[in-house]
Amino acid sequence: MSTRLPTAGRLIDRTTPIEFTFNGKGLRGFKGDTLASALLANNQMLMGRSFKYHRPRGVVASGAEEPNALMGIGQAGRFEPNQRATTTELFQGLSAESQNHWPSLNFDVGVINNYVSRLLPAGFYYKTFMAPRAAWKHLFEPIVRHSAGLGKAPRDRDPDKYEHFHIHTDVLIIGGGIAGLQSALAAGTSGAQVLLIEQTPHWGGRAPVDGAKIDGFSADEWIINTIQQIENMENIRMVPRCMGAGVYDHGYALAYERLTDHAPELGGPRHRLWRIRAKQIITATGAIERPLSFAGNDIPGVMLASAVRDYAVNFGVSCGDRTVVVTNNDDAYLTAIAMKNAGLNVPVIIDARPQATGPLGVQARDLGIRVETGKAIARVLGGKRVTAIEIADQAGQGATLETIPCDVVAMSGGWSPVVHLWSHCGGKLTWDEANAHFRPDPDRPPTGADGEGFVITAGIASGVLTTAEVLSDADAAGKAAAKAAGFSPKRSAGPKAKDVLSQPMAPVWIMPQGASVKKRMKMWLDFQNDVKVSDVQLAAREGYESVEHTKRYTTIGMATDQGKLSNINALATLANSLKEDIPKVGTTTFRPPYTPISMGVIAGEAKGDLFQPLRKTPIHGWSQTHGADWEPVGHWRRPYCYQQPGESVPDAVNREVLNTRKNLGLLDASTLGKIIVKGPDAGKFLDMLYTNMMSNLAPGKCRYGLMCSENGFLIDDGVVARLDDDTWLCHTTTGGAERIHGHMEDWLQCEWWDWQVYTANVTEQFAQIAVVGPNARKLLEKLGGMDLSADSLPFMHWADGKIGSFDARVFRISFSGELSFEIAVPAGQGQAFWDTLHDAGQEFGLMPYGTECLHVLRAEKGFIMIGDETDGTVIPQDLGLNWALSKKKTDYMGKRAQQRPHMQDPGRWQLVGLKTTDGSVIPDGAYGVGNGKNANGQVNVIGRVTSTYYSPTLDCGIAMGLIEHGPDRMGETIDFPALDGAVTPVRAKIVDPVFFDKTGEKQNV
Amino acid sequence: MQFIYPRSGGHDMLILNCPYCGIDADETDLHSGGQAHLKRETIGSQDTDFENYLFNRDNPMGVHFERWRHANGCGKWFLAARDTTTLEVFATYPAQTLKPPQAVVNAIKKKHPDWKGWP
Ligand SMILES: [Zn+2]
Repeated sequence: MSTRLPTAGRLIDRTTPIEFTFNGKGLRGFKGDTLASALLANNQMLMGRSFKYHRPRGVVASGAEEPNALMGIGQAGRFEPNQRATTTELFQGLSAESQNHWPSLNFDVGVINNYVSRLLPAGFYYKTFMAPRAAWKHLFEPIVRHSAGLGKAPRDRDPDKYEHFHIHTDVLIIGGGIAGLQSALAAGTSGAQVLLIEQTPHWGGRAPVDGAKIDGFSADEWIINTIQQIENMENIRMVPRCMGAGVYDHGYALAYERLTDHAPELGGPRHRLWRIRAKQIITATGAIERPLSFAGNDIPGVMLASAVRDYAVNFGVSCGDRTVVVTNNDDAYLTAIAMKNAGLNVPVIIDARPQATGPLGVQARDLGIRVETGKAIARVLGGKRVTAIEIADQAGQGATLETIPCDVVAMSGGWSPVVHLWSHCGGKLTWDEANAHFRPDPDRPPTGADGEGFVITAGIASGVLTTAEVLSDADAAGKAAAKAAGFSPKRSAGPKAKDVLSQPMAPVWIMPQGASVKKRMKMWLDFQNDVKVSDVQLAAREGYESVEHTKRYTTIGMATDQGKLSNINALATLANSLKEDIPKVGTTTFRPPYTPISMGVIAGEAKGDLFQPLRKTPIHGWSQTHGADWEPVGHWRRPYCYQQPGESVPDAVNREVLNTRKNLGLLDASTLGKIIVKGPDAGKFLDMLYTNMMSNLAPGKCRYGLMCSENGFLIDDGVVARLDDDTWLCHTTTGGAERIHGHMEDWLQCEWWDWQVYTANVTEQFAQIAVVGPNARKLLEKLGGMDLSADSLPFMHWADGKIGSFDARVFRISFSGELSFEIAVPAGQGQAFWDTLHDAGQEFGLMPYGTECLHVLRAEKGFIMIGDETDGTVIPQDLGLNWALSKKKTDYMGKRAQQRPHMQDPGRWQLVGLKTTDGSVIPDGAYGVGNGKNANGQVNVIGRVTSTYYSPTLDCGIAMGLIEHGPDRMGETIDFPALDGAVTPVRAKIVDPVFFDKTGEKQNV
Repeated sequence: MQFIYPRSGGHDMLILNCPYCGIDADETDLHSGGQAHLKRETIGSQDTDFENYLFNRDNPMGVHFERWRHANGCGKWFLAARDTTTLEVFATYPAQTLKPPQAVVNAIKKKHPDWKGWP
């Protein structure tokens, strides 16, 4: 059993007990415990189930690399799945639940997958789900949906706060072990600003656990002294519980600080995302121990040797009563020695190397520990807990020589430097044959804007393994970073450490070397995603030679731990299967973040009201208090309609349409884009931008214009007014103002930079109000001022003047087919002007209307809307707008593209009106079907609906659509199958798109 | 031993100096505008030339010329010569030029003597 030792535990405070629950059961730990150490202290080795086979899983590691001990932590809105128990600090009242099992952790139905695992090999998903098609809906999809995903998503809104924090620094140091501390000191003495971050709550890393001696002090003493020195320097900032998540271009880095996870009572933001710009970055990220691949290496109780040692030294926890150590290197001997010194039983050290003659081997034997060299674990016995191991010759096929009872197997396959952050932005690796690991190649670092490296590694992350080398490497890294950042580091000697000489490790990728297929099917590489040695070998046999392809095929390294434990073992297995060298096979790409970060911290402050800025017209507040049903349009909010008390939204829209047609409507059109284009070459420029001619527009007149991209597709439309000889005012769509202004600037700055043209986006300088309906002129005449008679201000003209006491610019334009004046006043006068119109208009039946009424009015008239009739693939010719394409101009944007063969194809779908035979409304987005089937056996599609509404004016459904040969098929009937799978399609007749007042009698008065 | 590792995707954060206002701008302040120094093809162009202009862009591992707009700043378009693999920025320069200025070409040649040069 695993239990708390009577003494030891350098990180726990035995005087402060902490109560917590696991799967509803009340348990007790100490302040300083992680959730994992506290569970082990309570003899809870079983912590979860694996993803694919639902096999029982215990904790393997003691840090961020943990693949198994993932928990759902917290409750309600604070519930969060997939939290690593090894990095979760224990706090009073913590509630944790294990994952991936039903109905319980001890008894799980999904484990059936384990017994059919022979049927679920690598690539199972790809192979099985190919056919038959019908099996998908009824068989595969329900199974996949039930078993997909790890953990449960939280159901409630997250009540916590998160924040982003921007900072510039000279040197960023990621990792606060002894290497990070020494680097900080070395860089800091130069006067450089140093930011030192550490993912755990503790400084100094694993050196104290390994019993290092530095400058004659114990590691713990040296760490305390060094922290003291650093704290006395104002230019070094230390941030614990802050993980370096990613390194990006030009010295940008992200760090993830967990402020209150360990103490929810603190309040304030829960997580903070540090967005850092550093001149130089030091990665002092340490190393991760590798598992060994032997049969049954996933049974709870099989752990990393270093983790077994960590739990004993740091938390005073013994993982079991009888610990078998299995290794290919000297480091694991430290675990055996630590167990023995803690009074625990170590039945045997199984060393795959032919001999163990180094000082540690001698020391272990002197302590009375049995050491078996040239041996392997043939297999582990046990179900939910290790019960014994079988020993075999490493060189053989696994014939059992002896069975040894035990409840912990402490394994070590060597150490791999944490190269993730070095690699994120292009740092290259080199294969270190002696240590059988990839380490950063200092000659090929990630490079910055000046072409020079901006990341330096320090300590074990560089690939050096002894304390003495770690400290001198870290000292040099700190000085080099300060120098590269423009500072002069002091010449000083780094600290000295003495190391016990160690015997070289020997790479061991499979144990025993000649293990049978049956054994290899029980050798786990990726514990979380259930990928085994046999899966990778199968992938290689099936032709997956690229490590990136093998990763995706087998899903190795694709779990939430991103293969921190499995990567090297997997690619060694792949390389052996392919009979290639490991470096030739290479690694998969290291992508940020280093470990998962919360969704909340990615959002930061950008949620709720702060999600994005909101643009409000001058009339926004009035609309808010007068029943506006808001619709987002870009960053604007526009009233969809103005609901009266007790009225439904569709009723409000119908009332607004009928009232505008019969009496008088008022529309807040302030959001329309307004761009001034001015200068000696402005006319020439607009002739290039619009498909029709703008240079010959007379001052005082308006013209509707179309804009296309160089590809020929419609990008915007609007009314252009010529203000004077060298000034035009271009109206754009609501969503298009900034985009079109940018488009103009692009062409003026980058192509026609010798043309004298200036542009200004004045959209927000004016409030624009449309006065629409048969009574429009009556209202304006009542207010007095400028002459707005049909003779003085004909259709498609504009004039400056006064309306009542307001300075106004009146455009006689119409998007509704009614008598209509669009009136611009200075934005500051917008609300007062609206109020004046609204009050004075009551006797004429005035009602405000919203965007849906606007849409119905324009659709009844067959006017197109950018974004409805267009989708980035539609040219003016498709919409019957040939009249707006100038024949006089030699060139305009889109003209050449519209000469391309496909644009001239008579089979292009073209705009028509659609009127349902039964008066119903065609569903939005419906497709029209024709006769016959295509090559794939699908019904031929001959067009689609672009706009569809109920017209209260005509009391029937009306629509516009793009139909193959549409204009030539007037009067034909087309079927539009319903989207909900109803048997009877909607039938519609092809008609003229102008449904109402074709001759324009109503607007020309 | 040499390997080629693809660069991490997603969160790129270049710094480019705007030659108009002098600011070292973060990528979040900029809008990218694709390949620089394209010659506009229009009326009279052959279909292949025109389609090249519309659709075909260089995607080199190495020296590249790009258009950028200091969108959340002074609003000006400028051009950048940089290395897409090492992320080195050789120069940024005003957009009102048909080809890279000689000083920019020299800066690139200094770092990449084997660069094929501006056509
Ligand atoms: Zn600028």
